[in-house]
Amino acid sequence: MQRSFIARNPSVLIFLALLALFTLIVTVLAEGSGIGIISTSFVKTLGKTLCLCLVAVAMDLIWGFTGILSLGHFAFFGLGGYMIGMWLMYERTRLIVVDSLAQAEIPPTSSEVVDAIGNQIFGVVGSSEFPLIWAVADSLFLQLVLVVLVPGLLALVFGWLAFRSRVTGVYLSILTQAMTLALALYLFQNDSGLRGNNGLSGLQNLPGVSAPQSVVSLWFFWASACALGLGYILAAWLVSGKFGWVIRGIRDNEARVRFLGYSVELYKLVVFTLTAMIAGIAGALYYPQAGIINPAEIAPIASIYLAVWVAIGGRGRLYGAIIGAAIVSLLSTWFTGGQAPDIPLGFYTVKWVDWWLVLLGLSFVAVTLFAPKGMGGLVDLWTQRRAPNRHGADLGPDAGSLREQEAET
Amino acid sequence: MSTLLEVSGVSVSFDGFRAINNLSFSIGPAEMRAVIGPNGAGKTTFMDIVTGKTRPDEGRVLWGEKSKSLLKMSEAKIAQAGIGRKFQKPTVFEDQTVEENLLMALKKPRGWVAVLTYRSSAADLGRVEELASEIGLSDALTRKSGELSHGQKQWLEIGMLLAQEPRLLLVDEPAAGMTPAEREQTTSILVDAAKTRAVVVVEHDMEFVRRLNCRVTVLHEGAVLAEGSLDHVTSNQDVIDVYLGR
Repeated sequence: MQRSFIARNPSVLIFLALLALFTLIVTVLAEGSGIGIISTSFVKTLGKTLCLCLVAVAMDLIWGFTGILSLGHFAFFGLGGYMIGMWLMYERTRLIVVDSLAQAEIPPTSSEVVDAIGNQIFGVVGSSEFPLIWAVADSLFLQLVLVVLVPGLLALVFGWLAFRSRVTGVYLSILTQAMTLALALYLFQNDSGLRGNNGLSGLQNLPGVSAPQSVVSLWFFWASACALGLGYILAAWLVSGKFGWVIRGIRDNEARVRFLGYSVELYKLVVFTLTAMIAGIAGALYYPQAGIINPAEIAPIASIYLAVWVAIGGRGRLYGAIIGAAIVSLLSTWFTGGQAPDIPLGFYTVKWVDWWLVLLGLSFVAVTLFAPKGMGGLVDLWTQRRAPNRHGADLGPDAGSLREQEAET
Repeated sequence: MSTLLEVSGVSVSFDGFRAINNLSFSIGPAEMRAVIGPNGAGKTTFMDIVTGKTRPDEGRVLWGEKSKSLLKMSEAKIAQAGIGRKFQKPTVFEDQTVEENLLMALKKPRGWVAVLTYRSSAADLGRVEELASEIGLSDALTRKSGELSHGQKQWLEIGMLLAQEPRLLLVDEPAAGMTPAEREQTTSILVDAAKTRAVVVVEHDMEFVRRLNCRVTVLHEGAVLAEGSLDHVTSNQDVIDVYLGR
């Protein structure tokens, strides 16, 4: 009965093959490799989309499989971006500062260099001191560790408090919204130490790298593709074994899992923390491609979009989350980027920049009502998979084990 | 006779309503016991207290040879200690196969790391097949349990309980929604189980209780009204007044 991992998860192989093919095609057609059918900015858009797919996989793990509707995973995503952004900004500023101070007659001391960097980075918020949270910003390795550590720790503490008190369902969703809102509001302050609403910018420039953006964009695109591939394998492995049964059990009947002797709170905490780390990694790859991160990225609405993507794509299946995130976020870029043609109705012109959100909202409602399995459900039509379809309620004690409609026929 | 579970002087009230009132109850390591009583007598609350879902206001719940108190333990810890519980409504994991349901219930380490690295061994699969034949679901191992009939789900849940290898089984209305033939099978599964462990069956159906042929505890207003053989309690005037007489 014990079949290999791939045999149990054929979707993994199919997905990896498609991802590899997609990466290859984009690489060949990209500006960076010479042909130039795909512009550098579009390569970046595609790379960012892959990161969004990765955070959608994380969202699917926590919502689709464990049944916890977290509306705060974009906070972890943003934190990952901030952590990598700190190093990028520090190091790039340092190179510029060192360069300009080298013209001086007396070689600068290291504290002068640090002061000058501080002036450059924090001048915009009227400060020049490095806050404590920048303590290790000069070390790429430590900031990379923080990419997973900071979201992970926040999720661990938040999750421990919330799950231990048995907060579930919509109340937990509201709590996670409150968390992401509080974080965004905090970061908006100038003295938060992360440059307030200016955020961190210039992240697209890799310090010490002279390669043009057309090439750098490809590097990030490949890195995003690798991260998505690995994330997908990890997620598929998690949900395919006994761990997957347990978390799906928690989704479907928490009390039963508890009385089987599994510590439901612990499992929730593990999944919550792990998905927060995945979200952090996705964010750390996303924001260097976006070039800028500011607290608006962590606004509560961003996490809600994430839930919408997963719902439209089909939760409870990993490729569904990816389909949803890819299609909806690309469509969103198309509609809000002004590329979609306006529709003149004579008396009124439908401008998609304004109406896209309405369309998205309507499609979300439509999916929820008419296709709860989302776009991923189309795959079921193709593979002829059917959900158990037993109509009617359980009958009372005496009419036997059949259900209402079965008993009537 | 040694006792496996001893509940003494337990009381609990919800918003001023006393669901359990100075209840005492004990059961030995290999004993079948039926708990009967009218609606609201506190049968389900009693199970909630033993399994850790509800904390009593006062009283003691002691478990095993070492008389360990269950009151400070979480539900999961109590389940690991060897108390299995079956709900009134059949609760199985409908989205997963019968085999997965049983494997999940098998007595194995419950920590997340152990679960993550778990590979089902031949012995485990053999045990699952054994259990499946015991509950009459051998042919349904690969079916999703959501497809099963009501009675089969009840059995699956009992099977999951047995897979846990508990020392005490708490079973809430196992025969509800079953055909007479199915009830017979359920009876024999339970009677079999009670040979090696303690089984407490909460039941409404007198006929079913009679078939179990065991000691009966009658609950009323959160306290024990009578205890003894079925004939003994059914001839008790108090019992007739509050329960059977209606």
